[in-house]
Amino acid sequence: MADFDVPELQEYSVVPKLKEGTMAHSAPFIAKAKFQEPLGYPGELVDNWEEKVITKMDDLRGKYRGFQVFLDSCVKCGACTDKCHYYLGTKDPKNMPVARQDLLRKVYRRYSTFAGKFFGALGIPGFVGAADLNKDVLDDWYSYFHQCSQCRRCSVYCPYGIDTAEISMAAREIMASVGVGQKYCNQIIEKAKTIGNNLGLPQPALLDTLEGLEEEVEEDTGVAVKFPLDQKGADILLVTPSADFFAEPHVDGLIGYAKVFHEAGASWTMSSHASEAGNFGMFIGSYENMRTLSLRIRKAALDLGVKRIVFGECGHAWRVAYSFLNTLAGPWDFLDQSYPIPQHICEYTHNLIENDKLKFDKSENDHMTLTFHDSCNVARASRMGDKPGGQMDIPRAVIKAVCNNYVDMPVDTIGEATFCCGGGGGLLTDDLMEVRVKGAQPRMEAYKSVVENSGVTNIAAICAICKSQFTKVLPYYGFGMTDIVSVHQLVSEAIILTDSEDDTSEDNNESE
Amino acid sequence: MSASVVYALAFYAATAILVIGVVRKIVQYAKTPAPLKIPTMPAPVTQGGVVVRMASEIVLFNSLFKSNKWIWIFGWMFHFSLLLALFRHLRYVISPDSIFMPLIGHEIVQSFGMYAGYAMLLGLTGLFVRRIVVDRVRYISSPSDYLMLLLIMGIAGTGMLMSFVEHTDIVLLKEFMLGLLAFNIHPLPTDLLLLVHLGLVITLMVIFPISKLLHAPGLFFSPTRNQVDNARTKRHLAPWAAELEADRKPGE
Repeated sequence: MADFDVPELQEYSVVPKLKEGTMAHSAPFIAKAKFQEPLGYPGELVDNWEEKVITKMDDLRGKYRGFQVFLDSCVKCGACTDKCHYYLGTKDPKNMPVARQDLLRKVYRRYSTFAGKFFGALGIPGFVGAADLNKDVLDDWYSYFHQCSQCRRCSVYCPYGIDTAEISMAAREIMASVGVGQKYCNQIIEKAKTIGNNLGLPQPALLDTLEGLEEEVEEDTGVAVKFPLDQKGADILLVTPSADFFAEPHVDGLIGYAKVFHEAGASWTMSSHASEAGNFGMFIGSYENMRTLSLRIRKAALDLGVKRIVFGECGHAWRVAYSFLNTLAGPWDFLDQSYPIPQHICEYTHNLIENDKLKFDKSENDHMTLTFHDSCNVARASRMGDKPGGQMDIPRAVIKAVCNNYVDMPVDTIGEATFCCGGGGGLLTDDLMEVRVKGAQPRMEAYKSVVENSGVTNIAAICAICKSQFTKVLPYYGFGMTDIVSVHQLVSEAIILTDSEDDTSEDNNESE
Repeated sequence: MSASVVYALAFYAATAILVIGVVRKIVQYAKTPAPLKIPTMPAPVTQGGVVVRMASEIVLFNSLFKSNKWIWIFGWMFHFSLLLALFRHLRYVISPDSIFMPLIGHEIVQSFGMYAGYAMLLGLTGLFVRRIVVDRVRYISSPSDYLMLLLIMGIAGTGMLMSFVEHTDIVLLKEFMLGLLAFNIHPLPTDLLLLVHLGLVITLMVIFPISKLLHAPGLFFSPTRNQVDNARTKRHLAPWAAELEADRKPGE
């Protein structure tokens, strides 16, 4: 099945002895000029790239406080060394968060600190953890900064809160700026910037897909649930990952959102201009690209005249939406201020459940025993609801409202300690399959423990990347690819639909 | 030149390097914008909550406790003992008439500070041993990482030897230190232990602003720890990011 060894799952996660170089060969395809230039980067490795790397690093140090503080503060205590799923799954020491950071930090130390310059001049930069920049170092960067899913697990455990995601983003931005960008991410950003979504689906294709879904749901339920697109004057703009339009199990989630909107009597629409929640600008560390993509959502909201924005199930997307959207594309003064801007679909559904606006037949999900995978960027980079931790509680509350059988995975693998699915942060590409499979090992071990001990049959998630990644890697570990389900797929199964013709309820009683 | 003059000048130089170096870094951290909201979640939703979070990191090393109990116990033991020892040492640099003297000179402070030396050495030894025996930590260690631990162990060791074995002329030392504060060089006792102890302290002061010891000011500026989780309700915009907004036409 694979041209690499798939790790054997243990009873519980074991910290492996390190084995140098096991993943040195792993690197994604480099972006050709046609995928670099539209994003404002040079088409190939520039001539004086060493100098340019340092200049760019200096530039970023002046723009991002976190980057500067994180470069200075690490004491090499080792707290993070056993926290990264890629280290646990590959044993490669350069996948330990501190070692990954050091690939860049040693260059910073060498050229931008007194200690590094001094010992560098003496010919022993390594004495103070500094090193010269050369092509080997750049190759290491390209390899190992693309073995980080920016999941932030290390930052939870660092005594100074050092977040390798910030270092990875900066490293990718530096590399792209000297001509070494990643094909997968750049290609997707270009599509989202020109067409409106990561998959490059134009408006007619979207319309066609959504009409198909309307027919399917009506056939299935006998109720005419609408999937509106580009409907001016709608109250709610739904922005969802484009995988929701056709991938499994994503699309079942989209059907779930539509049924919830239907039952709430909400007036809602999607937008073809902003038909993508995911923002790959974050993965490559590019504020400008992230901003350009976010402004598409602003434009769509203005053009359609909506009052609210709701985001579909997507992890890194929800980080950008929750934490950055106000910064990148705000202020949102033209939207209805009595609702969170933006709001997560789980918050939306949860509010309706709390207010008894939805009816469920939970037995529809009785053939399953569920567990929930906290998506890394939802858990550690965003929130839902009013209270810290709502991003963990609300999706679980939704699941429990629609399912009878629910079991959590071991406590050190969920919540803020959750393990990434292994495919986040711009790694969800076939050229990185080995690191994706190996990086999934800790999550698969946790899943295995509840499968074996508690009879769990399915794992629910609220992230398009997690869903695609699990579909791909579950079979490597002997599980079914359909074990992964969308949270709103569960909602969709259990929800009792009323015919919209005789339903006059509006959702304006919904409390916030 | 006598040892007194050499040490006096070295103290002045080291103090200047330490103060200027650390202030420069603090100014750099403070002036650099944090353009995006990146608190590690779940995070406090109020400024007061952030104060509590920061305090639990600074006083209890909360994140480290979650991470690794060995590093936590050794690291915390070392830092807390260092604090007690430093507190005790204030006796040598404040005037006998100072209003703080009854507190600093109190037997409890003095003996806690003295015995803290043991805990400090124990903690440092634990960290040093981990650096050697745990393969992951060994992999990430540079010579300077080991030497920094040895340096502080040297300071603690010589200090304890003076406390418990071979006393120095503490009255003379105090005159020297108070003299320094008044830019007046008094004779320094010349016991080897004291000279080594002070020499190592001077070295530590010099390397502080050019090494990972910057983790001390760094922690206060770490955006993943000191930011409030309020991105949806309060728009956060760095000056350089605000400049980008110029391309947005009114109504867009």
